[in-house]
Amino acid sequence: MNNKDIILKATNISKQYRLGLVGTGTISHDLNRWWSKIRGKEDPYLKVGESNDRSTKGSSDYVWALQDINFEVKRGEVLGIIGKNGAGKSTLLKILSKVTGPTTGNIKTKGRIASLLEVGTGFHGEMTGRENIYLNGAILGMTKKEIASKIDEIIDFSGCERYIDTPVKRYSSGMTVRLAFAVAAFLEPEILVIDEVLAVGDAEFQKKAIGKMQDISRGEGRTVLFVSHNMAAVKSLCTSALVLKNGKTEFEGDVEEAVNFYLEGSENNSNISVFHDRKGNGKLLIKEVKVNGKNEDVKPQTGLPFKMTFILDNNVQAKLIDVQMDLRLDDNLGQRIAWLSTSLVDCDSDDEVVNKLVFKIDKLNLNKGKYYVTTYITVKNEISDWIQNAFSFEVEEGDYYGNGVLVSTNQSKALFNFKVSNEL
Amino acid sequence: MKTSDTQDWLYIISAKRNLINLNFKEIWRYRDLLFLFVKRDIITQYKQTILGPLWYFIQPLFTSVIFTLIFNNLASIPTGVGVPSFLFNLAGITSWNYFSACLTGTSDTFKANQNIFGKVYFPRVITPLSVVFSKLLKFGIQLLVFISFYIYFVFFTDKAANAVPQTALLLLPFLIIFMGLFGLGFGMILSSMTTKYRDLTFLVSFGVQLLMYGSAVMYPLSYFKSQLPEYSWLVEYNPMTTIIELFRYMTLGVGEFSIASFLYAAIISIVVFLVGLIIFNKTEKSFIDTV
Repeated sequence: MNNKDIILKATNISKQYRLGLVGTGTISHDLNRWWSKIRGKEDPYLKVGESNDRSTKGSSDYVWALQDINFEVKRGEVLGIIGKNGAGKSTLLKILSKVTGPTTGNIKTKGRIASLLEVGTGFHGEMTGRENIYLNGAILGMTKKEIASKIDEIIDFSGCERYIDTPVKRYSSGMTVRLAFAVAAFLEPEILVIDEVLAVGDAEFQKKAIGKMQDISRGEGRTVLFVSHNMAAVKSLCTSALVLKNGKTEFEGDVEEAVNFYLEGSENNSNISVFHDRKGNGKLLIKEVKVNGKNEDVKPQTGLPFKMTFILDNNVQAKLIDVQMDLRLDDNLGQRIAWLSTSLVDCDSDDEVVNKLVFKIDKLNLNKGKYYVTTYITVKNEISDWIQNAFSFEVEEGDYYGNGVLVSTNQSKALFNFKVSNEL
Repeated sequence: MKTSDTQDWLYIISAKRNLINLNFKEIWRYRDLLFLFVKRDIITQYKQTILGPLWYFIQPLFTSVIFTLIFNNLASIPTGVGVPSFLFNLAGITSWNYFSACLTGTSDTFKANQNIFGKVYFPRVITPLSVVFSKLLKFGIQLLVFISFYIYFVFFTDKAANAVPQTALLLLPFLIIFMGLFGLGFGMILSSMTTKYRDLTFLVSFGVQLLMYGSAVMYPLSYFKSQLPEYSWLVEYNPMTTIIELFRYMTLGVGEFSIASFLYAAIISIVVFLVGLIIFNKTEKSFIDTV
């Protein structure tokens, strides 16, 4: 391995936080810490931290938001950092951008790091767009000269030319964000840290922003650390990725594998009745799910019959007419593919109490791949059971058009019945 | 892999901290930010006000008038023969204002900027420094007011027969630097402590007011000594008293001047500034977790 290429190296990064209210109570802890320091002992509170699992209640007031994170980034590499909410992504970025220090460990770097944790930091509403470009640029580490040489490009990229000498408080929120991103996009640090900035602006601007980021990383050979929940963006931008879970590294390596690893980790196929992360009043709950082809021992395949069976826990004897059930299908990148709902079709036996619902497709038009299902049930228009990414299923490659031609998933996620002719 | 340890890293982010970890090179690199912060403070302060920068004049003038009425006319505190009380008070208030503006302006650095500090890194010390510089402009304007009244009293009235600037006036720039450093250092100490213990914010707002009474702003130190000798050490060792007394001596020739008191002011403000810098530096890295 060529060590010369490594631009950033993190060793044993850990970060401890205190839970609950940080208030006057800390003075006793401070004194305690100070006392053990004087006696040359270890910080007593460093020992007690627990791993950071959001949903279980721990016995200690201290948690490790990050624990023993190690990674290396090579020059020109775009590293994606993925993980669920609370996995420690933002904490890691905060440490990288020197906003807060690690509790243990260190990060060595050979380049300047600039972060874009949230765009528009330090914008002042009373100042004009132009003045804010200078101020924001300087906050992000540019000199006045650098900004002055790029100001026309920045204004042009933001698309706010007409308002550039108007105070920013008169801007729409979208315009503010555009302006802020424009400033950040023209930063020239060796390492750029980006957190979820793509979630802003309209579709046109998002496209522009992704394009600019690709330029930054590919064209200009800049090293980028990128945090996002948008798997499609991660896949298209990053060359490798780090998956965090409860403050620990779960996976490190190739971006495709990392994204798959992350998505596998977020499913729960086995037993839906013990699923924690569900919302709703619980009047009607999903107990069990079966996904199969024509019959139970056939796996779903493109172009063949498809069945999803839901066994329900009907606690209030709700009738089918009062129940609405939606299925939202996402692909492995988290892009929504389809929405199936009882409200779209007529169901048989409306007046009966529901204990089971079956969704059938005669000729499955999903192409080969893995699909994630979010289930949503209402009873009398009140949410009863709502589970994000409740389960996933795999569709096997099949001959949809019946002519032996298999369409690649990259070309077409869903397949359509269509005709081509030269007549009207 | 052996070579990896001998590589030269640009910098290292780690848990350990040196006592003073000031990177002057880095601060210098961010000098444009300092300038832009000062500019921001100045141009945004009086946006959407009618009188605008006139407020810079109004506040010290009115305070001086009130002080003159109450402390000199009502309570008959002597301000020296041949020195108009109004001018005496204006001198005290002008110099006090600079110190207190620096102190209060910097004392909530971390709290007021937590949003921006939580997102981006830049040498944090830039922020309190920018306060000191932008208040310097305000001080300059107030000093002009003082000078114009001085000219008025000397040339258009006969009340200011003894109000003569001393040769020590040449040391005034240093005195201003001491005021700034003292306010900055004190403010940085307070701002570091308020991140964890918010009680101090309450202390600052009224503490500054109380401190003014103990800093010989509206009375000469000598008068306090003669009236309340048993408490006079409280006022006498207050470095702000020394600074204000020196300021009045330099500009109006009232009070005494000694190299010792000048050095006292110098040493105290530099020490306070350095202590403030150390504490500020220590807090800077972890404050975002405790603020």
